[in-house]
Amino acid sequence: MMDRGTKAQKYVWEGAIPLQIHLHESEVTTLPPPSPALILAPRIGYLPLLVPQIKPFFSSSLPPGVDTVWFEYKGLPLKWYLPTGVLFDILCAKPERPWNLTVHFRGYPGSILTPCESEDNVKWSFINSLKEAAYIINGNCKNIMNMSQSDQVELWNSVVNGNLEAFIRVSSKLKLGIGGDEFSDKLSSLKSPQSATETDNTGLVKTGRIPVRLYVCSIHENFDDLEDAPHIDSWDKISYINRPVDVLGEEKSSTNEDISGAEVGDESRSPSEHGSNTGTAEEVGETLCRQEGSDSLSDKAEIKLLRIQGIKPKLEIPFAWVVNNLINPEHFLHICVYVRVLEPITI
Amino acid sequence: MVSSRADFDILTWDGTVSSSDFRVAALAFAEKWKRFNTTTLPRWSWVPCSKRPWIVAHETEGYLSLENVFLRGSSEEDQDESSQTGKEEPTCSGQDDAIDNAILVQSSGHEIHRYDFHIVYSSSYRVPVLFFRAYCSDGQPLVLDDIEKDLPANSAKVLTESKWTFITQEEHPHLNRPWYTLHPCGTSEWMKLLLVAAASRAKGGMAFEKYLVSWLSVVGQVIGLRIPIEMLCDSDEL
Repeated sequence: MMDRGTKAQKYVWEGAIPLQIHLHESEVTTLPPPSPALILAPRIGYLPLLVPQIKPFFSSSLPPGVDTVWFEYKGLPLKWYLPTGVLFDILCAKPERPWNLTVHFRGYPGSILTPCESEDNVKWSFINSLKEAAYIINGNCKNIMNMSQSDQVELWNSVVNGNLEAFIRVSSKLKLGIGGDEFSDKLSSLKSPQSATETDNTGLVKTGRIPVRLYVCSIHENFDDLEDAPHIDSWDKISYINRPVDVLGEEKSSTNEDISGAEVGDESRSPSEHGSNTGTAEEVGETLCRQEGSDSLSDKAEIKLLRIQGIKPKLEIPFAWVVNNLINPEHFLHICVYVRVLEPITI
Repeated sequence: MVSSRADFDILTWDGTVSSSDFRVAALAFAEKWKRFNTTTLPRWSWVPCSKRPWIVAHETEGYLSLENVFLRGSSEEDQDESSQTGKEEPTCSGQDDAIDNAILVQSSGHEIHRYDFHIVYSSSYRVPVLFFRAYCSDGQPLVLDDIEKDLPANSAKVLTESKWTFITQEEHPHLNRPWYTLHPCGTSEWMKLLLVAAASRAKGGMAFEKYLVSWLSVVGQVIGLRIPIEMLCDSDEL
């Protein structure tokens, strides 16, 4: 990994979603009502971190009381601990720009959302996810638990401020490297002939587990135009699968050509219970959609859309590259999938 | 992974279980609980997750659920272990014999609190995780401060001082609602300690059905959920 990050990592860290934020009508006490706030929200950030920027637009209009901020999209309360980019990718099949959200400063839905009273909640949630990722990658969270106070502060600030260099400086001490991939190595060797060869970047993917969070929206209607994708009015319509992907070490990351013969739901592809050869993101998405290698993706289901960091990964991209470049700062790879089910499946 | 195979070496075991081992252990646990609780105590049941309509599943994922565990309001003298039942009914003499086996969540107040417990498998940490929530008699959810008052006196101390057990509020992995949970990051460590000690007394290996009983015997103490003594003393393998 280069000190300043790869080009793709910079692209991801600079990625932002334009938001148009409206104050909920029940909290508007002035006439005329305040104009919506226009904000650029970093993909890798979290909505509550935007509150200091948003509040000035609305503070004169709020009813008296203590602020308990929460966001909502077309009636759906938004889970504040999901990165903004993930929320956008799963809730907007057709990307809406700007993304129209509603902000509330009162009436926190405590029966639906876990509390978020300040930036500390977001920081705790981030560190907690980082610990979980560390456990998945290394089998323990020691490196995170043993972080110095100043490193912790620097790490969190680098996420809040979108500072990739600072982030890499601190996070490289955490030894959360997943392994190199040939693609990145070729790029770095083109740039500098004496490229450093850390043991992580020999083109070998380490055997181990990759932290992945999969968000699957399954729908029955067919849609060819993303605009016609059904609106998600409840989190129950999205299956959240927080399950690491097992990666078997191999000399060469496989590309889609190796697996192009595999049909969706081909059970014989997986050599082990949940392992997958380092195939593509799409293949991994399919592997995860199956359960423990023993079930098949129904032949009545198809993947309509797969997004990582707002990108539809091309089939020939090696999974290792996806992991190294498209993971979020807490070291999870978030994959958003729309699956179309032709008929109800009985289990 | 825990296993009953002869080649299982508990000394190198890392304290974790696989998802399928968990499911087998959970079903065995629920069955055993039923056997040892012939009174009208709530039962653990396996709740399958039907959240993946796009696959043909041969085996579903799920979690163990124990709901509607009631605390009878008690006076301070009732802190004694042998004098409480898990039901709302007033004590009658026929119940007294079953008291030692009763599930119990101790209370120091006079309110009746209702608890729900779920045991969910974590693929990340490869251990079971306890999720719980509590309500008072009018259906209002209890906050953590109130729950901590319900805990056995020692437990509150254990909680605050232990690096291994702390309660947080997180989203239930299957239900999209906030529940309280005992954080899993230390579980594999103390499970290993617990079962290595037990195995050294036994001659053979450790059956994985035992894993959940042992796990709950520790976790249960933290939140005041007691296991019938017979389940722990079922000694053919211990």
